[in-house]
Amino acid sequence: MSSSAIGPHDLAGTLTDSINTKERELDLWEKRIDALYKLLSDDKRCHINIHEFRYAIESLGADAYTNHNYYERWTLALRNLLIDKNVLSELEITQKVQEIEDR
Amino acid sequence: MPKPRIALTNLHDLSADFLSLTPVQKIGVAIQELLIEKGIIAPDELSQSINLIDTITPAQGSRVVARAWVDASFKERLLTDAVAACLELQIDIRPIHLIVIGNTSKIHNVIVCTLCSCYPRMLLGLPPDWYKSSAYRARVIHEPRTVLREFGTHLKEHAQITVHDSTADMRYMVLPIRPDNTDNMKEDELAELVTRDCMIGVKIPQLPSGFSTA
Amino acid sequence: MNARPKFNKGDRVIVRMLSPQPHTRTPAYLHGKPGVIERFCGAFENPEERAIGRSGFPLTLLYRVRFFGSILFSTNKTCEADIVEVEIYEHWLQRDNSHAKT
Repeated sequence: MSSSAIGPHDLAGTLTDSINTKERELDLWEKRIDALYKLLSDDKRCHINIHEFRYAIESLGADAYTNHNYYERWTLALRNLLIDKNVLSELEITQKVQEIEDR
Repeated sequence: MPKPRIALTNLHDLSADFLSLTPVQKIGVAIQELLIEKGIIAPDELSQSINLIDTITPAQGSRVVARAWVDASFKERLLTDAVAACLELQIDIRPIHLIVIGNTSKIHNVIVCTLCSCYPRMLLGLPPDWYKSSAYRARVIHEPRTVLREFGTHLKEHAQITVHDSTADMRYMVLPIRPDNTDNMKEDELAELVTRDCMIGVKIPQLPSGFSTA
Repeated sequence: MNARPKFNKGDRVIVRMLSPQPHTRTPAYLHGKPGVIERFCGAFENPEERAIGRSGFPLTLLYRVRFFGSILFSTNKTCEADIVEVEIYEHWLQRDNSHAKT
């Protein structure tokens, strides 16, 4: 490459790993995140746009690619965007996770 | 074996998987519940959107390819203005901007999004894990022949490979070459030969007997 | 009102090496590389602006650019991609006035 990558997501030529071609269906938690992104970015709500979303994923840093899978990165990006835009707060997300745990 | 679909008719169904989730995945459930509580998303909107995901298949893409195989003038229109051509088949993919790239006897095309996972879901169905994977995104852009061999696809030595990187606002679909010995096949039978992987470019359509042409 | 495209199909261009942006859709493997305009794709909101909460207007013009793979990935190993075609926004492109063949 002629210059360093533009971010952790700039992967061209960076890996030699084998490609896992196994097929599977998405789990509910993945469909949930996919659907939430679609709804939050639709014309009715316009809370986020695709560019902000991509940027939020890129901004998670290189560790996000090693420590989290595709839809987990989506989850973290959505969380960060919703907090940045004051749609939700970090505290209420944390509290809600605890509340559901306690049910 | 596909998992049975969850009814998703009420809030309990929408959070039914919570206990099996990792900490990050649980955040998704929390976000879901908070957005519903705040009236930003309605439960039935979410369940419909989730259930819609199960209905997405490559069937529309296959139809477009099959039509191009039997109708040369449609093929020309498809390669010139793919969105308008799809509309002729009552397939409305707007606001997606689509480019259909035709394979020839000399050129084989393959699609990637090296920066993320851009992909025309309405035509190709859900993207497979491998298309979204770091390994595919990193490797196919510079070693497509090796990657295609890993998918069982062996191109002729002299075939030129063009890799299309879906970096911005366009989405791509490969129009594969119609296999030989299919003259007697009807259009819907031809569509069945066209898999998602053929329209990404990592596979070549095969006849049911397993005979493939490249 | 949209600006007129600066480039036409067949024009030789070089991908600029702009200073790092918070968000961009021009991967590093293209930076500084020569290519040829394959087609004009239209006018779109600038993703670099939209990503950081700005309007994305005025619209930016998008092209598909064709490159030789061997020029993009000039490592010791032979690049298997004969041609690579990528979408690039106009502000990332400059005219290639050199005499080098692309």
